[in-house]
Formats: sequence, structure tokens, C-alpha cells
Amino acid sequence: MKYNRALQEAGVLRALDGLHPPSMGARVSFSDGQATVVDGPFTETKEVVGGYWIIEVASRDEAVAWASRCPASDNEVIEVRQVQEFSDFPAAVKEAAAGLPEMQSQNKA
Amino acid sequence: MTATDYTHGAIDAVWRIESPRLIAGLTRIVRDVGLAEDLAQDALVAALEQWPASGVPRNPGAWLMATAKHRAIDHFRRNTRLQQKQDQLGRELQVQQELTEGDLDTSMDDDIGDDLLRLMFIACHPVLSTDVRVALTLRLLGGLTTDEIARAFLVPEPTVAQRIVRAKRALSESRVPFEVPRGDELVVRLASVLEVLYLIFNEGYAATAGDDWMRPGLCADALRLGRILAGLAPEEPEVHGLVALMEIQASRSRARIGPSGQPILLLDQDRGRWDQLLIRRGLAALKRAEDQGGATGSYALQAAIAACHARARTPEETDWPRIVALYEALARLQPSPVVELNRAVAVAMASGPAAGLEIADALTSEPTLRTYHLLPSVRGDFLAKLGRFGEAAVEFERAASLTRNARERELLLERARQCAREATSPEPR
Repeated sequence: MKYNRALQEAGVLRALDGLHPPSMGARVSFSDGQATVVDGPFTETKEVVGGYWIIEVASRDEAVAWASRCPASDNEVIEVRQVQEFSDFPAAVKEAAAGLPEMQSQNKA
Repeated sequence: MTATDYTHGAIDAVWRIESPRLIAGLTRIVRDVGLAEDLAQDALVAALEQWPASGVPRNPGAWLMATAKHRAIDHFRRNTRLQQKQDQLGRELQVQQELTEGDLDTSMDDDIGDDLLRLMFIACHPVLSTDVRVALTLRLLGGLTTDEIARAFLVPEPTVAQRIVRAKRALSESRVPFEVPRGDELVVRLASVLEVLYLIFNEGYAATAGDDWMRPGLCADALRLGRILAGLAPEEPEVHGLVALMEIQASRSRARIGPSGQPILLLDQDRGRWDQLLIRRGLAALKRAEDQGGATGSYALQAAIAACHARARTPEETDWPRIVALYEALARLQPSPVVELNRAVAVAMASGPAAGLEIADALTSEPTLRTYHLLPSVRGDFLAKLGRFGEAAVEFERAASLTRNARERELLLERARQCAREATSPEPR
């Protein structure tokens, strides 16, 4: 599709996937530490995630500009979300995370 | 945020996305990069004046192109110098024809790829010095402002502005044609483009000066430009080799910096934090380079070395003998003391620190490495592993005095202190 090609050609596309309908999937919900599996289809679903793009851009505005160019149909919605990076956390959180064993392992000499 | 702020943000974003294509398309028409950029800037100013009231148009790229073309016609009409008149009349006709041809969407999409590629070759033209090529590439193809480039390279803004002005003048004076070079010239010119992209990437990846160990924005820009180039010149294996190298190196960005901003060296990194998506992309690009017969290219070899690390789930799984072989191939292709130093590290990992030290010691008389902090840093590491802590401490101190990166200096001084403590400890080890 032309839009995906444009993302690719602009060098900002990292990954994309379309998703099969929820009827082919399952839901795993949690309650009291217990996982419960319910197979699709799910009758009460109002919104369905149909796919995703991961793009790498310099700003939220640029992400929105790219999303706005998508040739989407009426009533379709693209939600723009930023991937969390370690550097997004405040200093206090980073310091606390430094105490976690998995983080310590990277500091080993 | 006011509506105007919002529109300005949106316009900045549109500029970043559209300006390279815009400038490339305009350069084809007016045959002058400097003029093309001025026209594109004029169109941007018009957008800043009109869009806050009218909203961002449905096809902002086409709007900018149409506006810039009108400015081009104005420019040609204003220009009264007789000698150029005839020339320009022809170009004016061409612009008008394109404007009346109607479908602006297609005029933006058709062949714009070739124009972008030509623009890349112009920005990295050998008549320009390397720092000028870097600035011009980021400005014309990366869509960065002069101020952003200045901040990324820690130089004053006027310096960058001056570099760009000089570059445009040099290109205009040497009448550099707007074309994709062919044959033997292509090899040389492509090498220059790749060199510029890798320089930008490296400046971001291991910031040579300043308080930050990395400036990720530059890495992202270089990677973005590399991916664009790979799309424009898909038959060139070294382009894929460079993209592979950058993707794999970038996959480690998150793991290279500790919680307080300190550098974490490759073998100490938490591999769980390596970006598997970038690794997959890098390995795929490397395969493309190799499938096109480019396995022995310089960037492909470096990418293959990076791939050895990327494939190892733990440091112990690293295929050091293969890395040694790849460095040997690289040294044959491009003999250089820096490659030799890297080979010393790989040899030390494959066959022990004494074997590595032997190669590194031979480099101490190398004049080009006299102020290169990694040589004493590597020697210090080998000496420490051999238990020669006193000598190691001296090397780490020397390395710390040579690096211009504040974070790296801290790390080296810490190692010097550790070694000095070991050296004075009475306990034999």
C-alpha cells in the first residue's frame, strides 16, 4: 500500500503488522492472581485493534502528521502513542531502578 | 498550547517530512541547490503565515511545492541579468508547464526518488569539505534547522550557517551538475555519501565531546537517511552494509547508558535491553548486502562483526574467532591502525590478553594514534587482565586525559583508581 511505502521511503518505518480479527484470538483476563482464558469471538467489543505501525520520528507532531496521512476509512481511528524509553523516567525512578537486580547485572565489571 | 502553537508544531513536522523532496524537486527545476532551498524556505514562510488561519491543507507537500514554484517564476522574472535571461526563460517555461499540468500529487511523486538521490550526491560532493558535507546533508536531506545542527555538533549556530552558505556558493561556482554519477565515478561518490552518513551516526553514537555519551537524535537522523538511500539505490550492496551496521549498532543504544548516564561497555550490557526489532532489520540488511555479492565490502564486514555480537545471547557465546577473521579481512581491505586496535581486542578475547597486548604494543609508535584515547584504554584493559595493575593504572589515566567526552573520562578515571588500589594491595593475586 502506498502509505506504507511512503513511510518506508521516508526512513521512519520500523515495523508494521495487520492483525487477524479477534474471533481468531483469545482474551486472558486476571483476577485474584488467576488467569482466565476466553476464546473469541467477543460479543461486547466496540473497538477492535486492526493493526499497528511502529515509526521512529523526532516529535509528537511528526507522528501525528504521519498518522494524518493514512488513507483510513470513515470511523477509523489511529491512536498515536509513544514507546516508553528509560530516559523518559524521572531521575528518582532511574535511581530506584538501578537497585533492581536486572539493572545491576549491566553494571557488573 | 494555543491553536497557533499547535499549527506551528504541525508545520515543523510537515517541513521535516516534506522539505527534502521539496528541495530535491526544486533543484531539478532551477538547477541551483541554494536557490532551491531559498524557494522552499519562502514556501515555508508562506505556510507559517497562512496555515494558522486556514488550517493545514490536505496535501501539504503539494501546497508547498506549488507555492515554491510560483516563487520560482517571480524570481526568474525579477532577475534581469541579460546573460542568464535566456537560460532562465527556458526554466520559467518548464515551471509554468509543470504548474499547469494540474495533478500536483503526481508531480510530487513521479521520479522524486531520483531527485532525492541526486540531491544526496550533491550534498556530499567532493568539492565540499567533510564538515560542510555533514551540515549540508542534515540541512537539505534531514530537514534539520541550522540551530538543530549546531546543537547536535556543539558548535555555534553562525558557524553552521556559514558552512552552509559556503557550501552553496562552492556548489554554484563549480557548476556541479544535478545528476546521479555513473560508472567509476559512482563508486567514489557513493563512498562519500556513505562516509557522511556514518560520520553523522558515529557522532551521535559515541559523542566525541561534551557531557553526553550519546546524542541519539543524530543516530536516528543518520539511520533515517540510510534507509532512504537504501530505497533509492537498492542495487548497491555497500548501502545495505552501512544500513545493517547502523541498525545493529543502534539496537544497543538503550543498553549502552546506565541509570546516571554513564557508558556501559558492550560485554557488560544487559542483552535483554537490546532492540530485537532493529537487530532483525540489521541482519536482514546484512543478508541483502551479502546476497548482492557485497560481503567483503567495508561496511558489510563491520556489520558482520556487529552481527556476531547481536547473535550471541550471552557474552560467552560470542564467536570471537569469527570476529578475528572479519577484522583480518577488514584490515586487508582498509589497513588502518584503528582496525588493528580492534583486531587486538578480538584476538585478546579469542586467545587471551597477552596475544592482544602484543598487537596493541606494536601500535604505540603509530603517530596517528598518539592522541587516540582508545589505545591506552585497550592496553590498560589487557594489562589489568594480566595482573599488571601499576602499568594499567598509568594507561587508564592517560586515556582519561585524552578523551574529550566527560562521561567516558569518569569511567576511565574510575578504572585507573581501581587498578591503582589493586597495585598497592599487599595481597598477591
